[in-house]
Amino acid sequence: MEIFREGEILQISNLDPFLAELLRQIPLSTNSEGAPEAEARLFSKPSAEKEICSEWKSYVEPELRRLFRSATETVAADLAQLNGNEKSLRNRTLRIPLEHADAWLNALNQARLTIAAKNKFTEDELNDHDRSPIGSRRDLSLFQINFYGFLQEFILREIASG
Amino acid sequence: MSAVNAVQLEKGSTSTVEAPVREKETEGKEELDVPWQVVVHNDPVNLMTYVTMVFQRVFGYPREKAERHMLEVHHKGRSILWSGVRERAEFYVQQLHGYLLLATLEKID
Repeated sequence: MEIFREGEILQISNLDPFLAELLRQIPLSTNSEGAPEAEARLFSKPSAEKEICSEWKSYVEPELRRLFRSATETVAADLAQLNGNEKSLRNRTLRIPLEHADAWLNALNQARLTIAAKNKFTEDELNDHDRSPIGSRRDLSLFQINFYGFLQEFILREIASG
Repeated sequence: MSAVNAVQLEKGSTSTVEAPVREKETEGKEELDVPWQVVVHNDPVNLMTYVTMVFQRVFGYPREKAERHMLEVHHKGRSILWSGVRERAEFYVQQLHGYLLLATLEKID
């Protein structure tokens, strides 16, 4: 896999089917429905004061949900470039407009936080970047978090470079 | 102009109404308001570079200051990013939640 910027486009090329599939999993991975621990993390309490939390749930949380959904939809639309069977995914290139960078950062963060909360990863596990993804479903989830983090780092670097 | 105006209602009868008196501007209200602070808490998932970028964007802090706060969050578990009136603190916390940071507003005792 190669990742680079060309003008106003971020490109991920030479994607093998495994990494392409991980990318395609981003929108699904942001789904926190039915996972209270993930919901609690994505929509964390703003205060220890009950009154503030109650107002927040009524007025702010719906706005946050809209913001997160919009980011995920933008990413899902970009990922449509990867639709197809496994064979057609060999050496494919994903092109992300730089103007979608914020949506990607947001969706990747949603996915990382949701996966981490669902799996109850410890800080030590999250700092273990050398674990193989093929050991177990849990190891694969950890690899997914690290891979998405790697993409975030790349996007952040490109945003900072202007 | 006087604060009290005489208004003729009908011939031979007068009544007085008080002219509206402009309330003092709410200046000073902010000073009387209990101050609040915006606190960001440590989170093992969010990237350090990401947190720094968010502090720069939300508070307009220069990179060095944003990094100092990020490192304080990382090493001490929390950092106070801003303090002032409640409405503004709520606005900042909402922005930070939009970036998926763990942030709260707290009353300053």
